Amino acid sequence: MTQMTINRGADYSRILGLGAARGENLVTNDDVAGAIDSSDEWIRQRTGIITRVRANAETSVVDLAERASRDAIAAAGVPVEEIDTVILSTFTYPVVTPAGAPVLADRLGCGTAAAFDISAACAGYCYAIAQADALVRAGQSRYVLVVGAEKMSDWIDPTDRSISFLLGDGAGAVVIGPSATPAIGPTVWGSKGDGAPLIGMTASWLDVRDRGAAFPTLFQQGQPVFKWASFDMPKVAKRAIEVAGLSPSDIQVFIPHQANMRIIDQMIKTVGLRDDVAVGRDIADSGNTSAASIPLATERLLREGAAKSGDLALQIGFGAGLVFAAQVVVLP
Amino acid sequence: MALSEKEVLAGLAEIVAEETGVDAAEVVGDKSFTDDLDIDSLSMMTIVTLAEEKFDVRIPDEEVKNLVTVGDAVAYITGAQS
Repeated sequence: MTQMTINRGADYSRILGLGAARGENLVTNDDVAGAIDSSDEWIRQRTGIITRVRANAETSVVDLAERASRDAIAAAGVPVEEIDTVILSTFTYPVVTPAGAPVLADRLGCGTAAAFDISAACAGYCYAIAQADALVRAGQSRYVLVVGAEKMSDWIDPTDRSISFLLGDGAGAVVIGPSATPAIGPTVWGSKGDGAPLIGMTASWLDVRDRGAAFPTLFQQGQPVFKWASFDMPKVAKRAIEVAGLSPSDIQVFIPHQANMRIIDQMIKTVGLRDDVAVGRDIADSGNTSAASIPLATERLLREGAAKSGDLALQIGFGAGLVFAAQVVVLP
Repeated sequence: MALSEKEVLAGLAEIVAEETGVDAAEVVGDKSFTDDLDIDSLSMMTIVTLAEEKFDVRIPDEEVKNLVTVGDAVAYITGAQS
């Protein structure tokens, strides 16, 4: 029998360029505190959030994704028609099918690129990086556009005290392509399905149709989620450093999912990162934007000069599922 | 070997002081975590987790709300030691 031919990919992959888009409106703590009988001080103290960014009603997940993607593609210097794969990580796209990625690919001019959405909540960006890295090294793709985009504000209940007041809208995008040197470390990822009841939606579409449930919105059980994120996720982060053959002192930038400033502070302590590590703290101004939060925080660190191209960054996403993923990357 | 209530209290006071900046001498039996020591629910989860590690015990999430005073926590941890 004749043997078939298989793809041979690049030895390594890297992030070539990054772009970001934030919701058009700054929403203050005072704007959201009334409906939950809270205060600016309480929200700051519990979460570190000062403002969150929320998009206009007419702005869609794909609109946010498109803005971030155009910047990422320009920064990468890759002709748009050479992007052969588009991965959109989102769980706030408002239809079950078709996915947002094909629409995004078409708008950007990526021709007939393979395009699909993934649903891994706040771990979605790191999940997508894992896939893009593998696709490039396997030779299945050459240039992959990875986008984390969320319009969380479509799925909030202003009177919910568990999560809604944390949430913002935005998108972060990167182009991943071949590299002469290692620049995306092995991904440590996984799930914990028995934690599914801890973060999710108040109802399914069938509950709405058949059982008179209200339009579904997000909720979480804050305390067990805090405990899981603050104490179990540092173990995942440490493992991501280890499997890349590095030690915590090698990490120059720490970019965790922007869930809560107090989780970020606890993770730094538990992972044992060095004192001068640059830390993504975009949550203070942008809020929790789920799959977009890591690339948004990265964009800010680079823009403000706290991190620079070539730095070794540890990134970790974690959220509803429960799911988690971490890897060390070289910043573009 | 199981620790005495006095030893558990000393260890717990250390954790609370480290996490919240409260003087360890203030962490005594009848003090309420919330009302007297001004510890919020997220700090409480951190203290509970650090106590689980230090004393090698399991404190279920649903039990945490019953640990109102320092004495409650000391009694629970002392009893949970194997």
